[in-house]
Amino acid sequence: MRWKTNVFAWLLLLPSLVFLFLFTFYPIAKTIRLSLYQADLATSKPLFVGVDNYVRLLDDSIFLKVLTNNLWFALGTVPASIALAMVMAVFVNKATRGIGLVRAAFFYPTVIPMIAAANIWLFIYTPEYGLLSRAVTALGASDMNWLGSPHTVMWALIVMMVWKEAGYFMIFYLAGLQNVSPDLYESAYVDGVSRWTIFRKITFPLLMPTTLFVAIVALTNSFKLVDHLMVMTKGGPDNASSLLLYYIYETAFSFWDQGVASALTVVMIGLLLLLSALQFFGLDKKVHYQ
Amino acid sequence: MRSMSKKLVYLTLCCLTLASCGQAASDSSSAPASSSPAASASGSASAAATGDANADEKIDLTFYYPISVGGPLTATIEQMTQEFTKQNPNITVKPVYTGSYADTAVKTQAGVQSKTPPDVAVLQSTELFSLLDMNAIVPLDDFIAQEGGASYLSDFYPAFLANSQTDGKTYSIPFQRSTIVLYYNKDKFKEAGLDPAKPPKTWQEMKDYAKKLTHDGTWGLEIPVTGFGYWMLQTFALQNGNNLMTQDGKKVMLDTPENVEGLQYWTDLSKTDKVMPEGATDWGTVPSDFLEGKTAMMYHTTGNLTNVKKNAKFDFGVSFLPANKTYGSPTGGGNFYIFKDIDPKKQEAAWKFVKFMTESERAAQWSIDTGYVAVKKSAYETERMKQYTAEFPAALVARDQLEYASAELSTHNNGKVMKTVNDQVQAALTGTLKPADALKKAQEEADRALAAFNK
Repeated sequence: MRWKTNVFAWLLLLPSLVFLFLFTFYPIAKTIRLSLYQADLATSKPLFVGVDNYVRLLDDSIFLKVLTNNLWFALGTVPASIALAMVMAVFVNKATRGIGLVRAAFFYPTVIPMIAAANIWLFIYTPEYGLLSRAVTALGASDMNWLGSPHTVMWALIVMMVWKEAGYFMIFYLAGLQNVSPDLYESAYVDGVSRWTIFRKITFPLLMPTTLFVAIVALTNSFKLVDHLMVMTKGGPDNASSLLLYYIYETAFSFWDQGVASALTVVMIGLLLLLSALQFFGLDKKVHYQ
Repeated sequence: MRSMSKKLVYLTLCCLTLASCGQAASDSSSAPASSSPAASASGSASAAATGDANADEKIDLTFYYPISVGGPLTATIEQMTQEFTKQNPNITVKPVYTGSYADTAVKTQAGVQSKTPPDVAVLQSTELFSLLDMNAIVPLDDFIAQEGGASYLSDFYPAFLANSQTDGKTYSIPFQRSTIVLYYNKDKFKEAGLDPAKPPKTWQEMKDYAKKLTHDGTWGLEIPVTGFGYWMLQTFALQNGNNLMTQDGKKVMLDTPENVEGLQYWTDLSKTDKVMPEGATDWGTVPSDFLEGKTAMMYHTTGNLTNVKKNAKFDFGVSFLPANKTYGSPTGGGNFYIFKDIDPKKQEAAWKFVKFMTESERAAQWSIDTGYVAVKKSAYETERMKQYTAEFPAALVARDQLEYASAELSTHNNGKVMKTVNDQVQAALTGTLKPADALKKAQEEADRALAAFNK
């Protein structure tokens, strides 16, 4: 009887498993294998080279630069977008007039396509007549080529990413807030607790499961950025805005170096797994599940 | 009883399908069959008129093409392929719009690796060595020989063919080709007290003009950088006498004193003379800046000519790029390639299509619609082209400049070499490295990327 239930369960899982194997596990295995081969334009047949591709990465100044860029980018976008999302969610959770409009306005960056968003921001950052340049020159500051200078380009991308992400995360926080029991707020209110303390002692801890989820998504996203770079900077100037996934794309599809591209992919997957694991096991102790 | 009849229906259907498959297979595998009287009788009259033995055999071609300039060019291409089928009723061309040049390259290469390449494609002329290293394309010399060999090729501009040939073989036919030209705003020239009929002719003149044209809110000059740094560096290299690479694509000459001088001149325009915005200027916003009057002059592809003509609200001029030792510009744009692992009959049909697309009249019309340079000399002898250039002489500038033009940067491992040059040009322009150091670094990295091909 028991085996029958088991077989039934496996059969139900089968369609998903097939797809999981076909589009996730098989490509991963294949990528790991290919990362051990030299497979580029100079070799007509892939040549087994062991961990050579990985060793070469340590020597690759662009890879190291891209990796550092990506760490800064994650550091710049993840906490900022989470904090902003939380503030926005608390703000739009209150029932005031015109709240639908405000919610829509906050959520709108999430709905427009990446490429469209990138084009909008490309013109915001355009020197001379871009929105930002107009603003700074009106304030008497000197104009800058925001995307064309290695010193500002990363900041420009971070600001754009936070704008794009915060509205999306706000939705999760909004859902989280709706789940917090009103009784808690009522009793706190009766006891005369200040609003800041209420947020610190009730709202924030009870939102921790959401924060954990959002933090992992945000971190993954910060490694996934590629479309904006394609439209706005092509990773330039001089790789100042290049990120890991964009470098993988370049290596695979403009250098046609599949071995190194696979090695880079493996490194990225490893890095993401590691970071997610740290977050998950590190933060999990602090999470209150209801 | 009912289920019995159902089964019978299925069985019949299956048999029919199999039979028709078998029919199709035997059709395409038996080439001589079509020359039998019965087969040619079923062919259409116009196909028979071409006198081709295989004329009535149905052939389908897949054609990949990119678009990288403005305008409704998809419609133009589709119209051209329909025209082709009208003249060759047995060949149907299926045009597939595949995005930018880079996207098209990715899709084509993916097809090559999965053994399902397109039959014919327009790709950047600089993809030549990558395609050869992947063993993806066929040389076209046999086809060209049928058309008269050297005399057929001599109608194409040699500067465009430079990116098509290596090792004495021709691998691609030029199609949408360009050079870089100088666009300038005549109204701004007048305001600054410059003669609008006299664009700058030398590096020194350009610097002086740009200084006079630069004032609050307007730059004298803009040269785009993102993605095309190598291309613009080539202009200065060629104006100083030499190109950046050898014809066999195995060596680059980046850190020569001439190139250092060129890059120094370019960086000085922004850093010292302050007549050009600092940093990496975007490829796409430079034409907008020009149309908005934010810059008085710009370096850009002639492929943008029709766009500028349509949208400029001021009188503008087009001229050769200023010279130093000589005039000069690299060519750019896309060529037709025919792929290897396909039926020889398809290759034959693809060649017919390529020939058709580059006929003088069609090349002339294509040039008028886009601003690209017509690839054949005879295209400029056609009535429609004469008429067009009579009222819009700017369309002739890029063509005339071809005399001084040379091949676009194209080497083995091209993606990597191009990126290396782009990165270092940007490093110089943003002030991270001095021009001489940047080019030295570019040379070292490019040498490493090319090492495997020089064994």
